[in-house]
Amino acid sequence: MVISQEMIDRLQRQFPNCTTSEALEQARVVVVRQDLQEVFQWLKEESGFDLLVDVTCVDYLNYRGAQQRFGLVYLLANTETSERLTLRVMLDETDLEVPSAVPTWEGADWLEREVWDMFGIHFTGHPDLRRILMPEEFIAHPLRKDYPLQGRGERHNFPVLTRQTGLK
Amino acid sequence: MALTASTLAPEGSSQQSYLWTLNFGPQHPATHTTLRLILKLEGERVVDAIPDIGYLHSGFEKIGEHLDYNQYVTVTDRMNYISPMANNVAWHQSVETLLGITLTRRCQYVRVIIAELARISDHLLSCGAIGLDVGAFTFFLYAFNQREAIYDIFETLCGARFTNSYTRVGGVLHDITPLVIEKIRAFLKTFPKTLDDMERLLNRNRIFVDRTKGVGILSREEAINASATGPVARASGVTRDLRRDEPYLSYEDFDFKVCCMRSGDCLARYLVRMAEMYESLRIIEQAIENLPSGPINVGPDERTTIPEKQQVYQTIEGAITHFELVMANRGFRVPCDESYAATESPNGELGFYLVGDGSHVAYRARCRPPSFLHFALFPRLIRGHTLSDVVAVLGSLNIIAAELDR
Repeated sequence: MVISQEMIDRLQRQFPNCTTSEALEQARVVVVRQDLQEVFQWLKEESGFDLLVDVTCVDYLNYRGAQQRFGLVYLLANTETSERLTLRVMLDETDLEVPSAVPTWEGADWLEREVWDMFGIHFTGHPDLRRILMPEEFIAHPLRKDYPLQGRGERHNFPVLTRQTGLK
Repeated sequence: MALTASTLAPEGSSQQSYLWTLNFGPQHPATHTTLRLILKLEGERVVDAIPDIGYLHSGFEKIGEHLDYNQYVTVTDRMNYISPMANNVAWHQSVETLLGITLTRRCQYVRVIIAELARISDHLLSCGAIGLDVGAFTFFLYAFNQREAIYDIFETLCGARFTNSYTRVGGVLHDITPLVIEKIRAFLKTFPKTLDDMERLLNRNRIFVDRTKGVGILSREEAINASATGPVARASGVTRDLRRDEPYLSYEDFDFKVCCMRSGDCLARYLVRMAEMYESLRIIEQAIENLPSGPINVGPDERTTIPEKQQVYQTIEGAITHFELVMANRGFRVPCDESYAATESPNGELGFYLVGDGSHVAYRARCRPPSFLHFALFPRLIRGHTLSDVVAVLGSLNIIAAELDR
């Protein structure tokens, strides 16, 4: 269900650094990394977003118009009112440290492990940040856009791209 | 950090000397699929469990970035292969949310029917499997006999029994035929009797109740905090069902109950699934009797479904749409936007987070798998129970490794 405008306004007042938008009937909030932990706490304790639906990431390496490399996505829901909220944090390759959501929602445990495994984003304060789907000895992060679709053990044959080099 | 016995009890700790470490899986009849557990035992009691997954990881999300919106439906079949139709519906619902397509009424009803049939098929397997794991073999055969009938309906509907790939962007593969309707009606007549038989076989069976009651208790707060959804959450008293709370397709037209229990143990999860099958039957019955007439796919103006031959030959819109869709460098108009849409799949909330970049393939196709979050609950549920309860808890969570690992 669509979130109420009142909730968006409250969020905006509480955290002036965040930007809100709405598209396809889904409310989206872009939060700065410094606020993230407080936003989690506020949303859960004060606003009733008790269910963390998903944590995922998008690699905007060659996405048109993107400013930063990664967008971390938190999908939240309120089990009482069925409101939904999409929370996003933009990250650059130089600094991929993000505070973990596990202290707030335990469900974030495996979801953040998967994001670490697939994208190499490091969650500080996560109790057990190991690879989850790929084997322990695997070195790359396969859902990044510079990782090839095919090729057996051939990561070293493909260049590692950053947003700067990739745009040329 | 490598996953070894020392992960469970660090070297030199006082517990190390008398605790047993048992490796369960990845190949074990009771895991049903490929997943591994490392159990720390004190006698027969499980002190701790560490799930180790990834044995079936096949990079479905990476493939999603290279197959177009219609091709990828074949991959969703292979996610939760117990209820492929429900995955098809979930995938194309996400795509249609991104593309802004509104389905025809008939298509919505047909998708409701197949999604509910898939739910029955999934619940039959998961209830049957928990019965099998704790020793009720007859019950399992009753369940599988009826799944055969559902496979038969799906085969008549789309030609495939197991990997259906029935939905398309803006519609479905074929319209539903009178023969399929006849078969579904026959199923609606015969199935309640089998379901009653199954309930009589197991619900009050002393051995079954002793093995499942009070085992693997999940409280309501834990269920919400750990992101449990679907029957697992509803067995713990969370009254959340996306079919009622965020009606998609045409679920607001149907009269059905959301089945919940409070105790949150393995028996509650089994009973919730059994009760949901009756509700699914009611939904199918209402949908099949009120099936709207009219076209099944969206019109040629939407430019998403291949028009009928007659339209292609006789109307300019049909010809243009056909041309646009079959040419390699054409296709849908996809916005540069992101969206998330979820359905109440048999296992819980199954949603896809899609990022479109204007091309014919998704820039990112994230699947939110319910099994993944349910399996993370496993160590919490099994702690303090005996080794023989491992299979009961696993069965009641209905872990499908193909969906778990994708």
